[in-house]
Amino acid sequence: MTDLVLETKGLTKRYGDFTAVERLDLSVRRGEVFGLLGPNGAGKTTTILMLLGLTEPTEGEVSVLGFDPARQPLSVKKRVGYMPDQVGFYDDLTARENLIYIAKLNGIPRDQIQRRVEEAIERVRLTDVIDKRTGTFSRGMRQRLGLADVLVKKPQLIIMDEPTQGLDPELAHEFLGMIHSLKEEGTTILLSSHLLHQVQAICDRVGLFSRGRMVLQGTVPELARKVLGGAYRIQLETEGSAAKFRKALEGLRDVNAVTVKDGRMIVEAQKDIRAEAAEAVVKAGGRLRGLSVESQSLDDIYTRYFEEAKHETVN
Amino acid sequence: MKPSTRRMKVRDEREGSPWTGLGAVLTKEMADHLTGVRVLILEMLVLLTAVGTIYTALQNIRPGSNNEFLYLRLFTTAQEPLPAFVFFLAILVPLIAIALSFDSINGEFNRRTLSRVLAQPVYRDALLMGKFLGGLLTLTMVFSAIWLLIFGIGILRLGVPPTAEETGRALWFLLGTIFYGGIWMALAMLFSTVFRSPATAALASIAVWAFFIFFWNIVVGIVAPLLGPQQITTLEQLVAAGQLQMILTRLSPITLYADIATIMLQPTERFLGFVLPVQLDRAIQSPLPLGQSLLVIWPQLTGLIAATILLFALAYILFQRQEIRA
Repeated sequence: MTDLVLETKGLTKRYGDFTAVERLDLSVRRGEVFGLLGPNGAGKTTTILMLLGLTEPTEGEVSVLGFDPARQPLSVKKRVGYMPDQVGFYDDLTARENLIYIAKLNGIPRDQIQRRVEEAIERVRLTDVIDKRTGTFSRGMRQRLGLADVLVKKPQLIIMDEPTQGLDPELAHEFLGMIHSLKEEGTTILLSSHLLHQVQAICDRVGLFSRGRMVLQGTVPELARKVLGGAYRIQLETEGSAAKFRKALEGLRDVNAVTVKDGRMIVEAQKDIRAEAAEAVVKAGGRLRGLSVESQSLDDIYTRYFEEAKHETVN
Repeated sequence: MKPSTRRMKVRDEREGSPWTGLGAVLTKEMADHLTGVRVLILEMLVLLTAVGTIYTALQNIRPGSNNEFLYLRLFTTAQEPLPAFVFFLAILVPLIAIALSFDSINGEFNRRTLSRVLAQPVYRDALLMGKFLGGLLTLTMVFSAIWLLIFGIGILRLGVPPTAEETGRALWFLLGTIFYGGIWMALAMLFSTVFRSPATAALASIAVWAFFIFFWNIVVGIVAPLLGPQQITTLEQLVAAGQLQMILTRLSPITLYADIATIMLQPTERFLGFVLPVQLDRAIQSPLPLGQSLLVIWPQLTGLIAATILLFALAYILFQRQEIRA
């Protein structure tokens, strides 16, 4: 059995002259959290809809859990949970009734429905409001109920569209925690987001989208190495002339570049060489005041990549 | 062309039954309708008109005067200033049907429940069909209850049980009423697929309703002479002109429904529309048996059902092609 849960080859969607998704090659392995990242309108939602068979691709192949969503939509949708952005509920019904409807649509046997629904709601900690009308729910509660709604069918793959959008930082953090615990139980998760820094922490691999194309794919450190040159950026705050230690630092192993900015030195390296850098400064007769390693943020990678891309097209 | 042949193939090989989940959608829709305030208001409205008109009709019906088809006369007897119950039905049934379904699709869309529901292992077919059947069954339940109520009041006040003939006629009329509602329901559903705003869909449906109620006869009066010969000289031309006018009026579901009501509830009515005195020669002035009356309105009845199916099919095609994303 293949380890790929989801695979697309040359997936393309056009609306008239507008190309929403262009020749997308995507693969998601079992048990990983994959992030489709990019600004609004980059083609993330269209991709997701094609994966679920809710929109027909113009060209290309899709395989989700071994099924073709365009030909076998029922098999796909039975096994894949989808949480749309701004998930909506029937406001006149209670949380329980909303989920029972979904359970029935999934053909879950009658005698199991109540238990499955209660389990799912307990999972997202909404048990106290299970019999309240969803019209009274706050944004955060709705989002959690959306997750419960997906869990009712016990999916092998969960696809979430902008799961943290519109949540305050605390709620977003809590929600990401829930996603993380799902991952630990072995569920494969594909999520889309334009809030790069929020999802960076929980994604095993990411794909960066821009104007319908996936421009970068890989783990965050991989992308950092590819785009930013060094995977680690070490900041040194020193006393005295910076130029003096520059040579010493440049002579270290695994160092890609050394730059001076606002009196601080920034060492780009392939490894975490803080100890070596400190030693080098001291040996060169300098005094070290501060030493820190900057974690690579996806925002930096994204911005840098597009700066470079723009630069290249200008040249 | 690679993409198009591929798409054809996809259509042919669609997996599973299109009706998977139909039962779930149907029960939910009916539960929504039957517990909703909207339907409650409409029920009260129909109930009020039913009780009001039946009560005045009862004042007019004296047992002994003419004992035939007393129960059917409950539907058709009018007393100033109140028109008969059938008249109210012709006006109210469309409104009820429209009210049940003008937001069926765009409401789901606006609540953002559509993408969530369609992400479940069901086809769009089941959703649309379930919504339509749910509405139609709700109509059936409401009107069956009203019919039973009318017969109940009748038994209490008239003191004679309804005959089999009367019951049969009332049931066929009930069927006609339900599909008369079905047309308007399918129309409202069509508009709810086309327009994103429920208010627009409701207004468009009401506009069509008002057009047929108030203006259709005027339009026919203007259009029919234009289509026929300029000057009518022979009897054949006169008959042709009359028939043309009749065909045009029958494009309106209200006319079809009125025909059904006339023939089913007034057994002595033997013809619809244009009849020459010659054709009435030697006709016996006695009520028609149910089977014969049914033959007279068979085209109207099937016409109503066919129009319902046609409108539903149109809504279905549009819904299948619609993009789900906001």
